[in-house]
Amino acid sequence: MNIHEYQAKELLKSYGVPVPAGGVAFNPYQAAQVAEEVGGSRWVVKAQIHAGGRGKAGGVKLAASIDEVKKVADAMIGTRLVTHQTGPDGSVVQRVWVEHASQIKQEFYLGFVIDRGCQRITVIACSEGGVDIEEVAKVAPGKIITEVVDPAIGLRDFQCRKVATAIGLKGRLMPQMVKLMKSIYRCMRDRDALQAEINPLAVVAGEEDQLMVLDAKFNFDDNALYRQRQITEMRDLAEEDHKEVEASGHGLNYIALDGNIGCIVNGAGLAMATLDAITLHGGRPANFLDVGGGASPEKVTNACRIVLEDPSVRCILVNIFAGINRCDWIAKGLIQACDALKIQVPLVVRLAGTNVEEGRKILAQSGLSFITAENLDAAAAKAVATVNG
Amino acid sequence: MSVFVNQNSKVIFQGITGEHATFHAKDAIRIGTHVVGGVTPGKGGTRHPDPDLAHLPIFDTVAEAVAATGADVSGVFVPPPFNADALMECIDAGIKVAVTIADGIPIHDMIRLQRFRVGRDTVIIGPNTPGIITPGQCKVGIMPSQIYRKGNVGIVSRSGTLNYEATEQMAALGLGVTTSVGIGGDPVNGTDFLAVLKAFGEDPETEIIVLIGEIGGPQEVAAARWAKANLSKPVVGFVAGVAAPAGRRMGHAGAIIASEADTAAAKMDAMEQLGLYVARNPAQIGATVLRAMRDNSIQPT
Repeated sequence: MNIHEYQAKELLKSYGVPVPAGGVAFNPYQAAQVAEEVGGSRWVVKAQIHAGGRGKAGGVKLAASIDEVKKVADAMIGTRLVTHQTGPDGSVVQRVWVEHASQIKQEFYLGFVIDRGCQRITVIACSEGGVDIEEVAKVAPGKIITEVVDPAIGLRDFQCRKVATAIGLKGRLMPQMVKLMKSIYRCMRDRDALQAEINPLAVVAGEEDQLMVLDAKFNFDDNALYRQRQITEMRDLAEEDHKEVEASGHGLNYIALDGNIGCIVNGAGLAMATLDAITLHGGRPANFLDVGGGASPEKVTNACRIVLEDPSVRCILVNIFAGINRCDWIAKGLIQACDALKIQVPLVVRLAGTNVEEGRKILAQSGLSFITAENLDAAAAKAVATVNG
Repeated sequence: MSVFVNQNSKVIFQGITGEHATFHAKDAIRIGTHVVGGVTPGKGGTRHPDPDLAHLPIFDTVAEAVAATGADVSGVFVPPPFNADALMECIDAGIKVAVTIADGIPIHDMIRLQRFRVGRDTVIIGPNTPGIITPGQCKVGIMPSQIYRKGNVGIVSRSGTLNYEATEQMAALGLGVTTSVGIGGDPVNGTDFLAVLKAFGEDPETEIIVLIGEIGGPQEVAAARWAKANLSKPVVGFVAGVAAPAGRRMGHAGAIIASEADTAAAKMDAMEQLGLYVARNPAQIGATVLRAMRDNSIQPT
């Protein structure tokens, strides 16, 4: 689960991490009010959508008067922001974050990720901020500093000092960095975050130079939301694909793709392999859909309905290798779906595993025109033939 | 022979009075698994309500079960929020192999578990796995037992259903398995591909190995690299998700392309360069195993 920048900043602030003074606004008047409360003479107005690349897309603007804050906010709220991460449809800006404009002296990158190689939280830092860290890793891997955290011991001061030294933070900034890093680590661990990316972390000019988080991105573990009530409340469903949300409500894992062959499969691996098989036969899958284990006839009907909501779907490929599933239940579900949804597109069905004979019999005796396939290859070939033939 | 579990394994089921554990404990017994008891905290000393399992002693703790029965393998059928704790209980009690089926264990729990395991010998299979089966000897998991026949191919996969798919393709060609291991679809898992390859490497009955991976993470390539340097047995590789878009979690918590090296194509290219047999088509996994066996003069058993 992702959250907005303003939520990430508020969360970090509650852990004692310095962020610029600011507030969230849902309309231009609120934006002006926030700017007045924050004070000063220059503000940044930032569109709040989950996707990155907002700056280049015009979603981050500087304002030099309260009136300008209002104007900028007015222009942003309600518009569709298209960034390289949103896709061509973009994301509607529902709210903006208004903050005191910092005078930036230096920028850094600071990330906390779960390294899948060592299976531990790993700190990644870079002396350049505002960068695409993947790109830096490719072009100049020597610029990236990593530090692995022992989960039993936690992030130690000396590790933070190593990172600070490596990116050139000296003097008073070093203890600030130690405190900031340890706070972010605590936040990540306590809140079940999968990732915390501070980009940029900046040295900001003031009476004294200060380290400050200028942008923050968090990603949380969906499997831990049951024990993270405060995080769960930050969920913004408007930022998520409504069909994926609806599917997950039915215990289905659905991801829209841009082809025309709808897919209903059990198990993530087989579902991916089914998309691959369709592609190898020259077809284009319309979606990924994992019905999971113990799929009841109702669940299968819901799966058909969700797949068919995509108007480009011209065929459905059902590929089930039942372990804890039952082929007879799947078959019953398909017949129910045909009846309830008046399915017009061809249905290619491949059943294997638990109760396969019963399942095949139910399909054969239904009087409906299912296209059956004995194996994965035949199923993919037949599905592609129905749309390309 | 086999890896991790065999006819001598003494198996307990944690959460044995639950619906799923009951069903799968019965199936395990049906294929010959030596099930010696169960653990359900608070139900120690009671009788299992299912007549087929009523003969099994039920304990409150794994330590008691181990002391009374000599159990060395546990099927952990415990809900995700409590699963990591149940696994730590296995480690503490000296269980040799703990298999955890649960899909949805918080990743930070797994990170702590992996730390807790350091310096101890328990093998954790999973989470989010169909489990492990040595046909005719021992099954701890949820896979359809009937598709697994005895043979000389070792299978290790992330995905459950793709494991079934490959197994069926092989069976149609007359090929059976020594042991099938599901390492699970989570990003932090107890046993990785490398550990299973090592075990297959030491098993005299396993003559060829099938490694079925998917997008996300460095495990497939790390295992292939190790195999090239250390393993004399042929390895057949497949990686699912060539058609998967970047940045999306494809069903499994661990199946996400976060960098170029995470893609299925990059992993299969690397496998090929490291000398593995690679099935580029998921429908050709069985056929590729057969080809590799012929190349290496391995007789199907």
